[in-house]
Amino acid sequence: MKTKVAIIGAGISGASIARVLSKYENLEVHLIEKAPDVGWGVSKANTALIHGGYDDDPDKYPTRARLCIRGNRLWHQWVKELQIAHVWNGALIVALQEEDFDELERLLERGRKNGVPEMRMVEKEELFHLEPGLTKEAIGALWVPIVGQIAPIPAVIALVENAVANGVKTHLETEVRGIKVEKGEVRGVETSDGFIEADVVINAAGLYADEIARMAGIEYFEIHPRKGEYFLFDDDVPGPRRVLFPTPTPISKGIVVTTEISGHLMIGPNAQDLPPEEKDNLATTREGLEEVWEGAKKLWPQLPPRSKVIRTFAGLRPEPTGGDFIIKAEEEVWGFINVAGIRSPGLTSAPAIAYEVAGIIQRDLGIRLIEKSGWNPYRREITHFFMLSPEKANEIVKRNPAYGKVVCRCNNVSEGDILEAIERMKFIGVKTPSVDSIKFRTKATTGTCQGSFCRPRIVQLLAGEYGVEPWKVTLKGKGSEIGIGDVKALLRGEE
Amino acid sequence: MEPSEIPMLSYDVVVIGGGPAGMAAAARARELGLKVLLLEENDYLGGILPQCIHPGFGIHYFREELTGPEFASRLAKRLVELGVEYKTAARVIEIENYSDLEKVVVFASPGGVCQVWTKAIIYAAGARERHAFEIGIAGDRVSGIYTAGEAQTLMDIYGVLPGKEIVIVGSGDVGLIMARRFALEGAKVKAVVELMPYPGGLARNVMILRDFNIPLYLSHKVVEVRGKGRVQRVKVVKVDENFQEVPGSEFWIEADTLIISAGLIPSVKPLRKIGVEIDPATGGPVVNDRLETSVPGIFAAGNSLVINDLVDYVAEQGELAAEGAREFIENGGIGSRKWVKVEKGPNVRLVVPHYLSGERDVYLYLRVAKPMEDVELRIPEIGKRLRLPVVKPAEMIRFRLKAGEIQRAEGKLTVEVVKA
Ligand SMILES: Cc1cc2nc3c(=O)[nH]c(=O)nc-3n(C[C@H](O)[C@H](O)[C@H](O)COP(=O)(O)OP(=O)(O)OC[C@H]3O[C@@H](n4cnc5c(N)ncnc54)[C@H](O)[C@@H]3O)c2cc1C
Ligand SMILES: Cc1cc2nc3c(=O)[nH]c(=O)nc-3n(C[C@H](O)[C@H](O)[C@H](O)COP(=O)(O)OP(=O)(O)OC[C@H]3O[C@@H](n4cnc5c(N)ncnc54)[C@H](O)[C@@H]3O)c2cc1C
Repeated sequence: MKTKVAIIGAGISGASIARVLSKYENLEVHLIEKAPDVGWGVSKANTALIHGGYDDDPDKYPTRARLCIRGNRLWHQWVKELQIAHVWNGALIVALQEEDFDELERLLERGRKNGVPEMRMVEKEELFHLEPGLTKEAIGALWVPIVGQIAPIPAVIALVENAVANGVKTHLETEVRGIKVEKGEVRGVETSDGFIEADVVINAAGLYADEIARMAGIEYFEIHPRKGEYFLFDDDVPGPRRVLFPTPTPISKGIVVTTEISGHLMIGPNAQDLPPEEKDNLATTREGLEEVWEGAKKLWPQLPPRSKVIRTFAGLRPEPTGGDFIIKAEEEVWGFINVAGIRSPGLTSAPAIAYEVAGIIQRDLGIRLIEKSGWNPYRREITHFFMLSPEKANEIVKRNPAYGKVVCRCNNVSEGDILEAIERMKFIGVKTPSVDSIKFRTKATTGTCQGSFCRPRIVQLLAGEYGVEPWKVTLKGKGSEIGIGDVKALLRGEE
Repeated sequence: MEPSEIPMLSYDVVVIGGGPAGMAAAARARELGLKVLLLEENDYLGGILPQCIHPGFGIHYFREELTGPEFASRLAKRLVELGVEYKTAARVIEIENYSDLEKVVVFASPGGVCQVWTKAIIYAAGARERHAFEIGIAGDRVSGIYTAGEAQTLMDIYGVLPGKEIVIVGSGDVGLIMARRFALEGAKVKAVVELMPYPGGLARNVMILRDFNIPLYLSHKVVEVRGKGRVQRVKVVKVDENFQEVPGSEFWIEADTLIISAGLIPSVKPLRKIGVEIDPATGGPVVNDRLETSVPGIFAAGNSLVINDLVDYVAEQGELAAEGAREFIENGGIGSRKWVKVEKGPNVRLVVPHYLSGERDVYLYLRVAKPMEDVELRIPEIGKRLRLPVVKPAEMIRFRLKAGEIQRAEGKLTVEVVKA
């Protein structure tokens, strides 16, 4: 008989766990997510770095320190298997004053202890050779070549597509409202869409992991949000080639200056603690954005004019009591595993977290995991018209002319790309058509014009494929509909 | 790229963009006997005109007041009558400049990726609108925030009504016309918010506000949007004469829709890529009196050159560019013994074209920086004076210089707008 596993939360943690657990013959895995699509929680808005693993103090935060470096190494393999857009461009942690070198020495030492390879100090001269645009105040840096960047939501999508291809069942737009526990054992989860039976429940609910834990009677930790805000600039604004960090302070890794993988200069985040009840406060603030601007200027003085900003956004880090990741099978409730407080570097650590959970299932729950013979580690990236050579494009266009029809002008995303995205949305169970689902799969609407030309077209395509009226297509799920009706709706008195 | 692998066409001129500028250019090029191909990425010709269902187009060009779609269809009809070759759903993805008379335009279409060898290019790709992030609006990233053009596309091309309680940022013609458009659909336009101390649109469009009882907040700006899923309220702040926010002046307006009509920016990325010089004042390329850019054989017209408020000027520029292309092809270049540079004097924000040959009469298009009454447009070098009762940044000023006048200039001409 198969062991039924329910994973709560399709963020980078839950999706990684789903993929790893999909390897096993004797597990029936259910991935439950309240949002209309995967990766829309904490995993949606972050700095997208695969960190180097030198930052976390193994004495204070042993789990973070251990899983970060392991996650980094696994990502080097996973991005290839899953064809996730990535760049391994390394990071420079920049010293602006003599005292900073003490901290950099500490990081170097800590990195060595955590097993980070190839770190070294670079002198001023080499530093400017590497990054000529850096502030003239810089006097040296710590160089960490294994740092990289991935596209976080596409990573979650890739993981879930692969998991589903290997038999995982998804339940999107399904909110967990209770955990059924009998005689100290979990029996399943109560959801907005009925009861889902489970022998093992894995709580990977991001900001809400404390609330889910409480549903199982576990109350020893709380999660509060720590907001970070960002600016993203147009793709003709020059940025650095490597990830630039300031020397960290005890509270924060500092405001990063980087060119994200689509080629846009990105700066952020700051860190502002919010009360636990503000877990959905994702608004950017003028104060926060100002802080980011000033912070980034210290490393990268030639920030472009504000008119070159194409987007600002905010993310919330789930900060747990104690500060370390909480990854364990809870003894009082057999079968309940917490994957909670997955704050930064959670994106980096996710693959390692997933193996950790598989280990816990074997070791602590005593379930012997039997590998599937036909497990498929690979997943093909969606077609991006803008990445094809003309010859390759013509081969594809011959099979399907829609691939030759450009919809998003800024990023040259074709109608074929969008239709393929819709197919893939349906494959993993996306029920409500939304423009953001297309955006995260294809990059349409993320360019200079921010969708003002292509969004109506995308809405049209979504409406057609999902068989709904165009105004009922949403931006990002129910409650964010594109319109209120046809143009005569108000005149007819329908609204 | 392996050129042999993809289909190759050959033309005298490729026109990029099938809006009024591109259509006028293609028609004129054909009349002048050139082999021309027009490429338009939309499924239809007309650029933004088919979505502008209001009247106000063509008074100069067709001597008749037309709607946008009417204006577009007249131009399209002319293309067909002249037998101009054009492709819709054809997106230009690259321009390469090999030498003066050898250029390649690569485009994608449902027929595949194709390259066209051409001698000259007329670039008429229009403009894009400034969006909420660019103008520094903070808060929630919710549904219900649209640029005016996007809202117009939704309503007038796709028949979708975006919302029912509307706040509009910007009192230019586009913002005002959208205010009326929403009001006519029965939506409540709760405010038009304008940063400047005066409205940005033509007087006849400012009347719309009174007709529909729409409050106008001058010297105000929208700084924040809040909502869950959808816009629920927007925060407005008053600004002083230096555009600094007045502390304590902020207030909220409940609305489900925020329309950003904060100006247009010429779409010139492909030109930038091949090194065409851009004028920071217009956002478009620097051009001579044949509308040729700094890269020989590449011409620009319409909103890609400079943001026009009248479509008539747009079409006129298209024709001029076509004449330039013919001269370029026939003579292997746009020659001139000397170029006279046009410089901006007091209260001139932008002026196009930038260089004049003195070999022909030209129209200069200019915009002032601030509104003034009872002024004179002067070019001191040649003693030119033109009396104007009012000037406004919103209204492009167009005036003619004779070849003879230009010839009198020594190296430069300064255009200024000063109190009469
Ligand atoms: C500003 C910022 C910068 C960061 N930078 C980096 C970085 O550069 N590198 C790095 O490694 N890490 C970084 N992180 C951390 C990283 O983003 C997180 O650790 C990671 O995304 C957490 O993923 P998760 O899957 O645990 O949580 P989430 O992505 O939040 O996934 C949890 C999911 O659970 C769902 N859910 C919640 N409650 C319920 C319920 N009741 N029923 C059903 N579903 C539910 C949510 O909708 C959500 O989709 C950053 C974080 C922030 C905020
Ligand atoms: C809301 C609104 C109201 C207006 N009202 C009036 C009015 O009342 N009276 C008036 O006279 N004027 C009015 N105008 C202004 C006038 O319509 C414009 O100035 C004119 O349409 C600009 O023409 P264009 O050909 O330069 O650009 P567009 O009309 O924008 O055409 C450019 C074309 O190029 C295409 N294109 C772009 N890039 C590529 C590429 N790489 N490959 C292929 N094709 C491409 C685009 O799809 C588009 O079709 C209004 C404008 C707006 C937005």
